[in-house]
Amino acid sequence: MSVKSLRQTVQGLLPSLTPVRFVAEDGTPVAKPPVGYSEPSEEALREAYRRMVLGRRFDTQATALTKQGRLAVYPSSRGQEACQIGAVLALRPDDWLFPTYRDSVALVTRGIDPVEVLTLLRGDWHCGYDPAATRVAPQCTPLATQVLHATGMAEAQRRKGEDGVAMALIGDGATSEGDFHEALNFAAVLRAPVVFFVQNNKYAISVPLARQTAAPALAYKGIGYGVRSEQVDGNDLVAVLAVLTDAVAHARAGHGPVLVEAHTYRMDAHTNADDATRYRDAEEVERWGAADPLSRLETHLRARGVLTDADTAAAREEAEALAADLRTRMNADTTADPMELFDHVYADPTPQLLEQRAQLAAELAETALTQED
Amino acid sequence: MAETTKVTMAQALNTALRDALREDDRVLVFGEDVGPLGGVFRITDGLTRDFGEERCFDTPLAEAGIVGLAVGMAMGGFRPVVEMQFDAFAYPAFEQIASHVAKLRNRTRGRLTLPMVIRVPYAGGIGGVEHHCDSSEAYYAHTPGLKVVTPATAEDAYWLLRDSIADPDPVVFLEPKKLYWSREDTDLGRRGALPFGRAAVRREGRDATVVAYGPSVPVALAAAEAAAAEGIELEVVDLRTIVPFDDETVTASVRRTGRCLVVQEAQGFAGVGAEIAARVQERCFHSLAAPVLRVAGFDIPYPPPKLEHAHLPGVDRVLDAVDRLQFGDEPDTRHLLKGAVA
Ligand SMILES: Cc1ncc(C[n+]2csc(CCOP(=O)(O)OP(=O)(O)O)c2C)c(N)n1
Ligand SMILES: [Mg+2]
Repeated sequence: MSVKSLRQTVQGLLPSLTPVRFVAEDGTPVAKPPVGYSEPSEEALREAYRRMVLGRRFDTQATALTKQGRLAVYPSSRGQEACQIGAVLALRPDDWLFPTYRDSVALVTRGIDPVEVLTLLRGDWHCGYDPAATRVAPQCTPLATQVLHATGMAEAQRRKGEDGVAMALIGDGATSEGDFHEALNFAAVLRAPVVFFVQNNKYAISVPLARQTAAPALAYKGIGYGVRSEQVDGNDLVAVLAVLTDAVAHARAGHGPVLVEAHTYRMDAHTNADDATRYRDAEEVERWGAADPLSRLETHLRARGVLTDADTAAAREEAEALAADLRTRMNADTTADPMELFDHVYADPTPQLLEQRAQLAAELAETALTQED
Repeated sequence: MAETTKVTMAQALNTALRDALREDDRVLVFGEDVGPLGGVFRITDGLTRDFGEERCFDTPLAEAGIVGLAVGMAMGGFRPVVEMQFDAFAYPAFEQIASHVAKLRNRTRGRLTLPMVIRVPYAGGIGGVEHHCDSSEAYYAHTPGLKVVTPATAEDAYWLLRDSIADPDPVVFLEPKKLYWSREDTDLGRRGALPFGRAAVRREGRDATVVAYGPSVPVALAAAEAAAAEGIELEVVDLRTIVPFDDETVTASVRRTGRCLVVQEAQGFAGVGAEIAARVQERCFHSLAAPVLRVAGFDIPYPPPKLEHAHLPGVDRVLDAVDRLQFGDEPDTRHLLKGAVA
């Protein structure tokens, strides 16, 4: 390879020096719009705004339900809505999404019933929705493991001659896990149509990014594997949607995987069980509050005349209805059937599982009898 | 009657992969060096040549990556058969196996299933240096959601692998390395009588039951041969599948013989043999004339090649245990011998 074409190859893989951004924190367009990306249509932006209002309200409602004891735990993504919504809106319904525990808002945006999204955290079962029908894998907790599954799914689509894409969501801390690196490498070697979308919210529970990596940005992890990479302002919905739409198109066209890092911030603690004051100060949180993705998009779209008072009122009303419905249904007590514990271990239960099932049935019958006495 | 031919276990496995690739387009074979080389044990010999890169291919060198990729591809409609190069080198994939391969059906209430096979050459007896001889079956058998299979004959190697590939659930398929080159007369085209999940009685005997699996089956059979010369008739049960476990066959045999030995190559503590011994006591207590004994490797990291003979349970260790099955009515007092700490 000539030096010139080598340089071109390397530059084609490297991310832009600063995160791609269309809209500044105050809602005004940036002076120099990023090159190489087309701005999403006004229609798409209005829809994204509506989804962000819904997503934000879902998130605050889930946090409230947790405080009321209705959820075992809730990892909030407040502040990350531009990422969650941008990711889903960049995909076709027949593309696959591989989310983490953090990405409930993305799932709601995908159209999954919010109650089914919360089944895991409510403690009824490990996954409440149908992954095959929704093409959303179960929310993944073992960090970075899902990134390999997305790669495998993308590779399956490619081999079947289908043009579907898979997108893996992953946090900044999880990029230190081996599976993330193996997935980047496999995807590049196989040219699998997969998009790796890192939501760099600056913390892995309490551990700040500086303890996770010495790279100039996480997006630079792509070059070592030959994966095209980009970084984006994760609180600028316009930019997130533009960059991810481009990444998905690149993968779909058969040009191989793409790594996108979004710079964002987790406004709440890791989960309701975490005390974030032990590792970050209030000023930092306040500073990021000023970069809020929802108000930024609203200001921007209003200034452009794309969004009216009626639009924002309608979105807020829809969000309140979603929250009210969620409260009603989540406040209803559910009963989980203990007999189901044995149903899905294997296609057909082993003789031992049948014995244990009978044992549990007898135990429960006994308990029921004593309670009657 | 179909003719039998001499077949090694390695050939039987290769034939099973070929037949599966031919009969089902969804079957894919991948792993480290499984392509043009044919695998370090040549189990995938010629598959890339005969079925093409698309059906049998080399991956980057990363075990979690191989298994994680297989998970996604199985979700996407394929039936991956992946090779871990050696037992101890499957450990990087353990998180994928324990947290995803074993659990996906359960997590999703059966909406996503993983028909996939993880082939692992395992156990010792081939003079391998460290990290090449682990008996890792207990890790997998202890993980609900996995099926764990280990053949002891070429015929079983063929049919159990075919059944594993066709199975709707993930299978960890453990191939006893030391038996790869053992030959037997068989007709692979003719399915034996036993279904997947049933143990085989390899030798009938009235005096005691020896339960074995994989690499220990030939040891148990050789011991039975030797014991017969002394007038003791051992019944040898070959599990074939550790999960599902065939309580019925094992229990029926022990109730008949009244005595039981379990032979495994793996270190004994918290091993599969311990589970079998416990199950036998629970089910056959009133038929037992002696405690159920385990014959196992020692609780040590796998020894260097020059010492593996001292570690591996051979015919003599099995026969010693047979002696302790209280045929002469004396209680077993071995735990009172010098060095015992009880
Ligand atoms: C393999 C593994 N190790 C540890 C954990 C415990 N854990 C859960 S979330 C988390 C932090 C992850 O941080 P990051 O990847 O940045 O995602 P975020 O939570 O910020 O969205 C840790 C350590 C885990 N889930 N999986
Ligand atoms: Mg983080």
